[in-house]
Amino acid sequence: MAGFRSTERYIASRDLEVAVNASVTLQRPLLVKGEPGTGKTVLAHEVAEALDHPLIEWHIKSTTKAQQGLYEYDAVSRLRDGQLGDERVHDIANYIVRGKLWDAFEADEPVVVLIDEVDKADIEFPNDLLLELDRMQFFVYETRRTITAKHRPVVIITSNNEKELPDAFLRRCFFHYIRFPDRETMERIVQAHYPDIRKDLAREALNVFFQVREVPGLKKKPATSELLDWLKLLMVEDLPVEALRTNEKQLVIPPLYGALLKNEQDVHLFERLAFLARRG
Amino acid sequence: MFSHLILGLRNAGLPASITEYLTLMAAMKAGVAEYSVEDFYYLSRATLVKDERHLDKFDRVFGACFKGLEPPEGVKPQELPEEWLLKLAEKLLTPEEMKKIEALGGFDAIMQRLKELLAEQKERHQGGSKWIGTAGTSPFGAYGYNPEGVRIGQDKSRNRSAVKVWDKRDFKDLDDTVELGTRGMKLALRRLRRFARQGAATELDLPDTIKSTANNAGMLDLKLVPERHNTVKVLLFLDIGGSMDDYVKLTEELFSAARSEFKHLEYYYFHNFPYERVWKNNRRRHEEQIPTWQVLRTYGPDYKLIFVGDGAMSPYEITMPGGSVEHWNEEAGTVWIERLTGHYRRAAWLNPTPKPGWGHVRSITMINDLMEGRMFPLTVNGIDEMTRELSR
Repeated sequence: MAGFRSTERYIASRDLEVAVNASVTLQRPLLVKGEPGTGKTVLAHEVAEALDHPLIEWHIKSTTKAQQGLYEYDAVSRLRDGQLGDERVHDIANYIVRGKLWDAFEADEPVVVLIDEVDKADIEFPNDLLLELDRMQFFVYETRRTITAKHRPVVIITSNNEKELPDAFLRRCFFHYIRFPDRETMERIVQAHYPDIRKDLAREALNVFFQVREVPGLKKKPATSELLDWLKLLMVEDLPVEALRTNEKQLVIPPLYGALLKNEQDVHLFERLAFLARRG
Repeated sequence: MFSHLILGLRNAGLPASITEYLTLMAAMKAGVAEYSVEDFYYLSRATLVKDERHLDKFDRVFGACFKGLEPPEGVKPQELPEEWLLKLAEKLLTPEEMKKIEALGGFDAIMQRLKELLAEQKERHQGGSKWIGTAGTSPFGAYGYNPEGVRIGQDKSRNRSAVKVWDKRDFKDLDDTVELGTRGMKLALRRLRRFARQGAATELDLPDTIKSTANNAGMLDLKLVPERHNTVKVLLFLDIGGSMDDYVKLTEELFSAARSEFKHLEYYYFHNFPYERVWKNNRRRHEEQIPTWQVLRTYGPDYKLIFVGDGAMSPYEITMPGGSVEHWNEEAGTVWIERLTGHYRRAAWLNPTPKPGWGHVRSITMINDLMEGRMFPLTVNGIDEMTRELSR
């Protein structure tokens, strides 16, 4: 079975591979949760790549309505066209604006749909998509037409856990929780992204990275994406390894910390701890 | 074939359903797991578990099902820590009182009885006249330990009134990630949000468009208004510890529900009744206290103030300077609540105890009067009522 595997750029654990393959095989949505920056969104890109399907991205905001993913009726342009005596006005279908899911359903080849950060939307949002995701069809009231998926798309949904999702929605999905990678996996990930990074630099940088993650009380712990950004900066700056070297006890503010700590409270906390460590 | 797995999961409290079981079967049939136990484990996990909080539970059930392990025995009933009783005695009893007790049969005997009561009370329904804390009627009241009744840390009785909490328990911070069963609560709070978005968020101003189109002799003249932003500001004061222990879970649910419904939400903790100091982090409540004056100065009167507390306390805690169970308060609770409700005109008190019982607890009646009748039960209906009251 041609399935999804770790690629050169994306290191997937075996459980993630199984979850993705199950959802592809059974054509059911896959819900992915995990700490921010652990590669939830990137997963959809990688799955699309691995299956050689186009990717349709639907990014959810707090104001997004489920209907917008299906279609919208543009009454205002029709009203204006009516005023101007445009011929188009007689066919209501001219004013139906397709949404992302419609595009996915009508596509001539199977596609991968990413519904990104589903928890950002209103609490009723997932319920409004139950039938659409289950049967992969919906009804357009204005034109009395049912849109059915030509090929059931692979649906990947990410969530940051800001809101609880309804049970009925969960029951229709496969679920995977991306755990924060351990050091070994992290080394593989770094290797996959920057194959030509200096060994000693990578090792020291990972030391510092895991040390920063262990600082108690950080508002936003740096995750994989932050580490990768930081490493890139370090490589561009071509810093000597000594700049990163720390001993076990002492906490030093890492160079170019802006890539790791995204919040001024965290930077302050870190500076305070580093100051205390130097005195002690 | 794997029905015992799903039954085991359901017994362990995991909400796995028939649909998910059938999905698992279909996936097995489609060969996703490829005859490897490990893959089967991953597959069944992805199918049956929908929440990372349940992952650990799932692992245990899976292990039990496929290795023939016996599930662990139920949690052992907790032993009563000895120092509870000792501390209680040290804190509450003056030497004269100790002597009095000696006269009444000896300290040890009383302690023994107290211990029995504590053990019994954990298991049995509260009520009757012998439980610790039902003021005046329990033997402890009669022996003169404390005329207002003694509150013992973990008992589950209602309507008790405490004069001194005897231990500084490290109260758990209200965890706003606790989401279990908060969906219903959130849906109720959507009603709160309705008043939050005063006026619907409209881009097209329809009445104005119709009016100006009519004025324009039928030529369409679109009128647009900027989208309004959610401007509601809520200040939450949460009672923690003491008599609220019973309701911490309910409060947590409200808290995590409220968290995601408002843009401007500030919260502070207090114990039993708000006085001159409140705190933000319950774990460091003794170090990081914030003067209530500062709260009053920081947040303007446009904030809506919501107290959450059961209001069960000794009346002295409300009316008397120095009445607080934890510290010496220079000014009485009434002064502080009047200051707060005077500053924040939209204020309400949510009470997690059932409404029919309110009339029987004096302090609740007093608070309700102080809040000018704006005390509501912490239920869907109560929140609804409060919403209407606050948006008036």
